[in-house]
Order: sequence, then C-alpha cells, then structure tokens
Amino acid sequence: MDIVQFSKEIRRQTLRCIHSQGSGHVGGSLSIVDLLAVLYSKHMRVDPSEPRKAGRDKLVLSKGHAGPALYATLALKGFFPLEWLDTLNKLGTRLPSHVNINLTPGVDMTAGSLGQGLSCACGLALANKAKGYDATVYVITGDGELQEGQNWEGAMFAANKKLDNIIVFVDCNRMQIDGYTADIMNVENIQAKFEAFGFATQRVNGHDFDALDKAICIAKSQKGVAHCIVMDTVKGKGVSFYETMGLGVHSTAVTDEQYKLALEELE
Amino acid sequence: MEMRKSYVNRLAQLMRQNDKIFVLDSDLASAGGTKPLYAEFPDRCIDVGIAEANMTCIAAGLAAEGFIPFIHSFAPFSARRAFDQIAVSVCYSEQNVKIIGFDPGITATTNGGTHMSFEDVAAMRALCNVAVLDIVDDVQIAKALPDIVNYNGPMYIRFMRKQTERVFDEDYEFTFGKADKLFDGDDITIVASGMSLIDARAAAAALRERGVSVDLLGIHTVKPLDEQAIIDSARKTGRVLTVENHSIHGGLYSAVCEVLSAQCPTLCDAVAVRDKITQVGSLDALKRDYGLSADDIIARAEGLLAKRRV
Ligand SMILES: Cc1ncc(C[n+]2csc(CCOP(=O)(O)OP(=O)(O)O)c2C)c(N)n1
Ligand SMILES: [Mg+2]
Repeated sequence: MDIVQFSKEIRRQTLRCIHSQGSGHVGGSLSIVDLLAVLYSKHMRVDPSEPRKAGRDKLVLSKGHAGPALYATLALKGFFPLEWLDTLNKLGTRLPSHVNINLTPGVDMTAGSLGQGLSCACGLALANKAKGYDATVYVITGDGELQEGQNWEGAMFAANKKLDNIIVFVDCNRMQIDGYTADIMNVENIQAKFEAFGFATQRVNGHDFDALDKAICIAKSQKGVAHCIVMDTVKGKGVSFYETMGLGVHSTAVTDEQYKLALEELE
Repeated sequence: MEMRKSYVNRLAQLMRQNDKIFVLDSDLASAGGTKPLYAEFPDRCIDVGIAEANMTCIAAGLAAEGFIPFIHSFAPFSARRAFDQIAVSVCYSEQNVKIIGFDPGITATTNGGTHMSFEDVAAMRALCNVAVLDIVDDVQIAKALPDIVNYNGPMYIRFMRKQTERVFDEDYEFTFGKADKLFDGDDITIVASGMSLIDARAAAAALRERGVSVDLLGIHTVKPLDEQAIIDSARKTGRVLTVENHSIHGGLYSAVCEVLSAQCPTLCDAVAVRDKITQVGSLDALKRDYGLSADDIIARAEGLLAKRRV
C-alpha cells in the first residue's frame, strides 16, 4: 500500500474505532494520522509478531487521548486483529481511549494525564543508551499539552543529557479544549523555545509525507543533540466536516451518517 | 439538572454578591461547565491552560490577598496531579482555596484509568485542615455552595458533572459537617457518600421490602465527619456498612472505622474499590465491575447481618 492509501486507511479505521463507541477524540486523532503513516511505513523498527522485541524503536503517545489513531495504525500493521477496533472503551477492552502500555500490543507507554510523555521518553532513551541499543524514541505531544510545565523539565533533561535518540513531535493543530491555544495560553514560539533549551528543531507541514520523512531523516542523521519537529496540522484532518467543525472537533460524535460520509470522502 | 449546570448557576449568583470569588480553570471550563461565567465576570475568571500545578499555586497567591479562588479540573488532576502544590502552597500555608474535582472515581467512565480517581478523598483527608466534600446531586451542590464560600480554609469538593438521579428535593437543607438521615431503622446502618448514596438508597429500600430495617446516613462532608451521628446509629444497630465511589483505603470506610474503633467498636464492612486497577466502560458496567451497584450493597448488607455482633 502506498503512503497516501495507508494514511487514508488509518483514517477510516480510526473513525471505525470511534464510531463503535459513538463519540470520542476525533480531532486530535485525525491530526496525527499522516505522521503515524510516515513513522510506521518508513521509520519505526518494530515487529508486529514480537511487539516487545528488545532494541525496537518506541513511540510515546504523550497526547494519550489520540489512542484511536494509534490503534488503527497498529491494527493495520498486524499487531492485533482489526476487530479489536470495535471494542473501544467497552468494559474489558484492550483499547481504552487513553493509551495503556499493559493492554495494547505495540503501545510503549501509558499516557492520558497530559505532560508526562517526554519525561518517560527520556527514561526510555537513557535505557537504550545504557543497554547499547541503537533505537529511536519518538514522542508525540499536543500543542496545548505543552502548557504542562513538566514538558520543559523533560526538554531541559533531554538537551542536557544530549539524548540524540529522542525525536519529539509537537502536533501543532492550534486548538485545545477551551479554545484556540493562542487565546487560552499561547505556547508559541514553540520552535524557538525548544531551540533555547538546546534542541535541534525543524518545523514542517504535518500533512506533507515527504516533508515529514525528510525531517525525520535529518533528525536521525544529526548526532549529539535531542530533536524536536514542530508540525503544523489541522485538527480533524482528512474529513471536510471535521476539519471545519471548529473547537468542537476535540471530542465529538461519529454518527452512522457521519461515518458513512467520512468513508466516502476517504475512498 | 446536570450537576455542573446547577453548580455554575449557583456560583454565578454568589459571584454577583461576593466580588472576592475567582474562578480558575485548566482547559476544562467547557467540560466542567464554568465557561458561561467568563462572559459575566471576565476579570475574575482565568483559564490557565493545561497546567494544574500552576493553577493551584496561582490560587494560593490570590487567596493570600483575601480572594476566594475556586480551581477546577477532573478529580485526578485537581487532587492528584497537583498534590504537593496543594499540600504546601494551599494546606500548609493555610490558604482559602476551593478545589473542585469533577467526575471522581468511576464517573470518569469512558475516559478510563488515567482519569479515574480512587484515592483523591484519601489524599485530601490526610492533609491537615482540608475539608472534604463528596456531593450526590444537583440540589445538594447548589445548597452547599454558600457554605463552601463562607468556610474559611482549604476545601476539596468532588462531584460528577452530568445529571444524576435526584436524592434531595428543593426543601433540602445542607449543613456543613452534618450527616443527612434518609431512613430510620434498627437492624443495620448504611453510611454512603457522594454518588453512592443513590445506590445505597435503592438498596435500603429493597432491604426494607425484605423486612430489614436500615438506618441510612448520607455523608456529604467526609471531613470533618459527623462522628456523633455515626456513633449514635452504630449503638442502635450494631452493624455499619459504608458505601463509596473510592478506594477502601483512606476514604469513607477508613474515616468511619477510625471513629468507631476508638469510640464504639462495631461490626463494619465496606462497599468500595478493593485495590483493583482502573478500568474503562459505561457507568453501569463499571458499577457492576467494581461491586458498587445496589445489588452489591444488598449482598454485603446481608453478609453483615449474618455475622454475630461484637
Ligand atoms: C493533566 C491533564 N489535564 C487535563 C486533561 C484533559 N484534557 C484532555 S485532552 C486536553 C486538551 C489537549 O489539547 P492538545 O494538547 O492541544 O491536544 P489536541 O489538540 O491534539 O487534541 C485536555 C485538557 C488531561 N488529559 N490531562
Ligand atoms: Mg492541540
């Protein structure tokens, strides 16, 4: 499957997953799909038949509420059956709306209480160095999430310890729950902030596969420094009525009708 | 009415009368229902963004200048995420901050384990001088708010955002620190806090049908606890069952046992969460899974009734 088709299929399965529950975190799931498509088709060195394989690359989905997008990706990669996607948030499920390291094959860290992922990634990256693994730890945070001070403790640590095996992606979709991030508590200039902490940074269109791929290659080739890639994204990306829904898209319904229309758009 | 709606309507009235009240949110003003206050009181409402620890200390600073800040988030984030900030800047510093925890325990439902607080009452209760309220319905939160505003000191208040079955009618009078007597009975005492009062009431009614007379106490103030009401009831029935949407460790059960073991040793048991990892699901499914449903209350009550009195 080429990457355009792969990302469409991830979006379809993401909406299938949320539709099974009737509603959920549609916006922030769809905004990271293109990144997941690039990571899982070109970069993540993982083995679906051995999800906990030693020395693998890891992904910390710090904005843990975007679980459905990651579940769709993992299911399509063969980590577990696609049917699991229909069990989102049902009692006893392996797929809770916030990612859980112990429940889901392919999930490398629990998240959902925002702001903890980068620090956990620092620990994973340190462990990789201690064990001599040549593996990368990818982190995805939200833009609103950067308001949690712990991110900056993590950033200071990663930069000081020269954790060049960490790549942080900021999903800059410009929205949080209560409003536009710039209106609630502006986090910009994100690139300059990470730069000031000692990161090597880039800023790309988070829906441009080639730009994402190139940015990741550049980050991997630069040793001795931690990396941050700020992605300009659209919350609800890929489905017209979610893209234009405004702030409500953070957590919203996927009705039978919406699901049908979305699938048509994602043909 | 939804509890958040009832809460915010009453808070708006109180803010009109009292210009010391501040509202602080951490990106859950829309979810928690405080958003409408921003239009009416733009100078006294602040959304700090996703930064609960920061919010807590900003509130402590406002309180040190005589303001009365109400800070809001989901229960795990307002109580747990900012615990040291509450302990030092609010509690140890004796600052008059009101900490609101939405959707405690299983009422977090589909937000799942990361959002499910089974330890918030225990944590808050262990801090000195923090009053702890567990509220059951829209009437109770509205009636409690004037007392919450007038109480001078740190207070933690947990309640679910959505609509619940009503326990109290409009004539209800809230008295801080006092238990509500719902049923009078002689065979067994049931003490329930917050959301669990709804199921405890259903269980008590069902037990009455079976010929068991239940003394039912509703507890909104878990700390300071209405010790006398609990001792009086325990003396009468000799058996006390507590019911709470919280861990068995450190919450209502612990508070009741602390009182009774010292002043009136009594057979006790608890309907509470017993060291079980947090789950995701619908409220009813979670109630059954955690053994917090009316049927579970009846079963435990019958078990306790079968035991010999001490
Ligand atoms: C510590 C913590 N506080 C609050 C929340 C509730 N919450 C969930 S998602 C969210 C907004 C996240 O905004 P952003 O990071 O920009 O994510 P995105 O726009 O990608 O969905 C909030 C406040 C939480 N999960 N964790
Ligand atoms: Mg965002």
